[in-house]
Amino acid sequence: MGLLSDPNRRKALTTLLTRLNTPICVVCYLAGIAWFMGLAFEPFTLRTYMSENAMGSTMVEERFPAGERALATGREFAGHKRKAGGMPVDWLVKTMQDRGLEVFTQSFSRTLPFPDENKERYMVRGINVYGILRAPRAPRTEALVLSAPCSPDNSNNQAVGLLLGLAQYFRNQIYWAKDIIFLVNEHDLIGMQAWLEGYHHTNISGMDYTPLQGRAGSIQAALSLELSSDVITSLDLILEGLNGQLPNLDLANLFHAFCQKIGVMCTIQGKLQRSDWDTAEGYTHAVQTMMLMVLKQASGRPWGDHGLFLRYHIEAATVRGVNSFRQYKTDTTTVGRLLEGMFRKLNNLLERLHQSYFFYLMPSLSRFVSIGYYMPAFGLLATILLLRVSLHCLNPDMYKSWMLQFKVICCSPLRFISGEGTEQGWRVLKLVALLYLAVLLGCTALINFSLGFILAITLVPVAACVTPHLPKAVSALAMVLLSPGCTILYCVFIFQELQEAPVSLSEGWMLFLSVISQGILDHSLFGSLVYPLLALLVYPCWLLLWNILFWK
Amino acid sequence: MTSGCFVARVAFGVDARVEKPNDVTGPVSSSEPGQSESAAVSSGGPVAAPVSEADEPAEAAAGGAVSPPDQCDEELVLRPLRSGDIYASFQFRTQWDTDFLHHGKKVSHYRLFPKSLGQVLSKFSVRELHISFTQGYWRTMQWGQPFIPSPPGAELWVWFHNTVEDVDGNWKELVNVLSGIFCASLNFIDSTNTVQPSASFKPLGLGNVTDHRFLRYATLPREIVCTENLTPWKKLLPCGSKAGLAVLLKSEKLFHSSFHSQAVHIRPVCKDWQCTSTAWELRQTLNVVFDIYTSGQGKKEWSLFKMFSRTLTEACPLASSSKVYVDVTDNPEGELFDLSPVTPLLSTAVVLGDRRTYSVYDLTKKETFGQLRSLNLVLRWKGESGDMLRPLLHAERYVAGFGLQTGEIHTLIYNNHPYRAFPVLLLDSVPWYLRLYIHTLTVTSKTRENKPSYIHYQPSKDRLRPHLLEMLVQLPPHSVTEVTVQFERALLKWTEYTPDPNHGFYVGSSVISALVPSVVAMDTNSTQERPLFSSFFPTKEESSYFVRVYTEPLLVNLPTPDFSMPYNVICLTCTVVAVGYGSFYNLLTRTFQVEEPSQSLAKRLANVIRRIRGVPLL
Repeated sequence: MGLLSDPNRRKALTTLLTRLNTPICVVCYLAGIAWFMGLAFEPFTLRTYMSENAMGSTMVEERFPAGERALATGREFAGHKRKAGGMPVDWLVKTMQDRGLEVFTQSFSRTLPFPDENKERYMVRGINVYGILRAPRAPRTEALVLSAPCSPDNSNNQAVGLLLGLAQYFRNQIYWAKDIIFLVNEHDLIGMQAWLEGYHHTNISGMDYTPLQGRAGSIQAALSLELSSDVITSLDLILEGLNGQLPNLDLANLFHAFCQKIGVMCTIQGKLQRSDWDTAEGYTHAVQTMMLMVLKQASGRPWGDHGLFLRYHIEAATVRGVNSFRQYKTDTTTVGRLLEGMFRKLNNLLERLHQSYFFYLMPSLSRFVSIGYYMPAFGLLATILLLRVSLHCLNPDMYKSWMLQFKVICCSPLRFISGEGTEQGWRVLKLVALLYLAVLLGCTALINFSLGFILAITLVPVAACVTPHLPKAVSALAMVLLSPGCTILYCVFIFQELQEAPVSLSEGWMLFLSVISQGILDHSLFGSLVYPLLALLVYPCWLLLWNILFWK
Repeated sequence: MTSGCFVARVAFGVDARVEKPNDVTGPVSSSEPGQSESAAVSSGGPVAAPVSEADEPAEAAAGGAVSPPDQCDEELVLRPLRSGDIYASFQFRTQWDTDFLHHGKKVSHYRLFPKSLGQVLSKFSVRELHISFTQGYWRTMQWGQPFIPSPPGAELWVWFHNTVEDVDGNWKELVNVLSGIFCASLNFIDSTNTVQPSASFKPLGLGNVTDHRFLRYATLPREIVCTENLTPWKKLLPCGSKAGLAVLLKSEKLFHSSFHSQAVHIRPVCKDWQCTSTAWELRQTLNVVFDIYTSGQGKKEWSLFKMFSRTLTEACPLASSSKVYVDVTDNPEGELFDLSPVTPLLSTAVVLGDRRTYSVYDLTKKETFGQLRSLNLVLRWKGESGDMLRPLLHAERYVAGFGLQTGEIHTLIYNNHPYRAFPVLLLDSVPWYLRLYIHTLTVTSKTRENKPSYIHYQPSKDRLRPHLLEMLVQLPPHSVTEVTVQFERALLKWTEYTPDPNHGFYVGSSVISALVPSVVAMDTNSTQERPLFSSFFPTKEESSYFVRVYTEPLLVNLPTPDFSMPYNVICLTCTVVAVGYGSFYNLLTRTFQVEEPSQSLAKRLANVIRRIRGVPLL
């Protein structure tokens, strides 16, 4: 506060900010990027730990014996699925009833705004089947969900088989304190959306569905199971949900703890953890894992069937079995035991999962970066915008006439069309653009850090540098290359590269187009916010900057 | 065929009962005029008048014996359920022939009636007391109607005598005393969860007091019931758990079940046929459902030993009747299950609007126990477990919506009767921290608005009393009636949160009371003698029977602060105050002066000298 009362020092600071503005900005930008890249370096990250006492201190025994029988059930399911040409509803209902569950069905239909070419569907009509295991002496107030999607092709039959096997085994146990819902959903996310909306009696997406007949109180946690082979080499955990929401970190910890206890290889983003963090390869591996998470989170789409649960404040994750060419295989019994262990611990929960983090990035399954560590990376980028704002505010020209400025703000689009403008005009416009971008990116980063950060990396340099006095052709090209649309294109290429499935330019372009259409579909089906955010808020901001470049 | 849906339903109002030799070849017919005596059932009397109280005294009088001052009866009903589960319902009735209520005299002589309860009755001028502890939710769709329904958790409702002046004071003391007697957290009942229903809970005993100022009703949906509640309950029995049916009540088996409910009901009843004098009736009931999957160990076979790890060897010596009933209605040919040993006694009764046949085992008779001197009923399932039932009336409730600001409570009431409409009374008691928007209350049946003919709504007062909503709704035949009301979640003060705030807050079950039309044709050949479990709720007319249905309780999350936050907040606030306030204060109190250009050396020297001299500076 000495600054306020001391005109000399204030003047010195102003001079410093005005004169060294550009170097400071460059330093901030580089520091932001460096900070972000440093997050994946193991000594800088924290080791995950179980925060929830109810899940940590008590050990449970896993005794699920019936993996082979579950696979047989899965094959039977596959046969009936082929015969029925879709969900074998009657067979599922009967099988679940035989296992002592209360079984209900829900039919739904939805017409997409335009045909989905990836999954080749337009008019979607399906039936969800779910069975409720009523916990003995429990008043139907709490529930857990285990779901498996019924895919149209020949995958995921083992998941349904294991789900039914677990249902049979769970039904014979006395220790359940929460009801367990076994859900087989058709048309993956659309079916899940219909079921969740039916369960909570809401209608966000304009879906047609029949109301649910049976409920089991408030759902505490959910696991979605995807399993397409009889044996697996590893289990992959998928956390990213709708709009970049993540489940409580304790759910990931729980999965990791049981994988280690039972001896199943577990991955996140399809990447195994490496122990050689101090080598360049080890570090690159961690960066790749984290970058994949950032890109997936930024996309705002649910990456597994669990993704829609998060909106309802239900902690959920997808467990996906991967069968690669490794020697070491895990059988279904072991996967069943792992799920049994997780469910028994979730059953022990006295409160909702709330102890651990909700905002985190994971460079590996045993390491995490909490919000306090990754936010400075974004903060450094956002500082650049504020520094540029201060530069424009401290400019003596700006004090002259506020009335004029208002007029300029209001008429700036007109000016652009009529092609007249003043030096002061574009400064005001840039000031507005900078402030707008700072607020927009700040809010985005609070909700979805990854999206905010990726947008900041490309938009902040543009916003910081753009003036009408730059060479027009070169800067126009640079601006186009740094536009939100191109950012998505880069993300597509980087994502493919990180997944070790590089694509050619034309393939990349096709992928880019499908990503765009997927984004629009996600918005209309599930209420994903990325598409409206980019189209209605970010893109106009970029246009403002374009406006400044071509100011006359 | 509609009867298939209703076969397994059982009710209270037993209208007829015939004992005849076991005839397994033909269907059991109940109304054989030669054997049944007709009796004038007090159907024309007041609603509250019990219909079966006079059985035993009348019988005793007929036998010419002098009726003892107190008497007790015990009874166990076993009902094999369609799902393969088994429902065991114990009832113990103790009658106390005293009448302190009318004369105001002090009673200090106790024989069979527990003294602890007797003292409570007289001290707090209680007219009727009903308390139940339940662990689990009764699955109406699988199990049909229970004999005595109860909501999950603890439920307590009391009618005070109309001479009581300070009802609230009495109630407060009473719940604390009961809390001690039953080792339960009943002391958490206070004004914030007590209501006075205007219509749903009428006295079940003698007397026509209907002024609901003397009624208090409260539920604790969170109450966990366990062995510590069972032990004091067993101590109230005349034989304790030493003899009679009560030897079966071993907690390690009772709590290895799908449903457990124990209750105590006290009410004044008529002592004799003409109702010249009254007595107190204490009815202790215990209902358990054993699950075939978790307790059956894979075999579809039930036995007393398997269920309770005990067999029966004798009746309670103090009991005047001691019987075991097994529901064999669905099994006339023995195609569903085998029951052994076979009993020659059969009894038929209309229970919950449905005619049921029971095999009766009289424990007071020696031959019941056979040569082994122990009775171990064995029930072997032969058939497949059946589908879900469609009870005439059932209900469910859930919270709709997401987020922590608002929500909507949906109550669905199903009338599965094919052609008859009937009214139900819906009672909802919602805690104050869910602020009901009563203007959003809608009742719809078959997509049309269904205007309740009676609404009693008492708004809540923050931290003082809950919302009370009572409605009389007509349910159209074969329909679902949906009652919705929106609410807003209140922000509590930080001390008002429970120790586990992220678990959520409970909202007690809604209560639906109804006279459901009976599917059984009117039975004209009513006999006087009837089992105890059938005579709990009075039936106004025999074409309908009284049912009380409880919905599931709700678990609602309220906006919960992060309770580790105060530390952070304190740190942050202190820093902000220290830095911000300090510098602003500095700024505000400082005086600013224009700095003078530097003085000449001579002047400075002169000033030094002047300062030493103490004269003002230049």
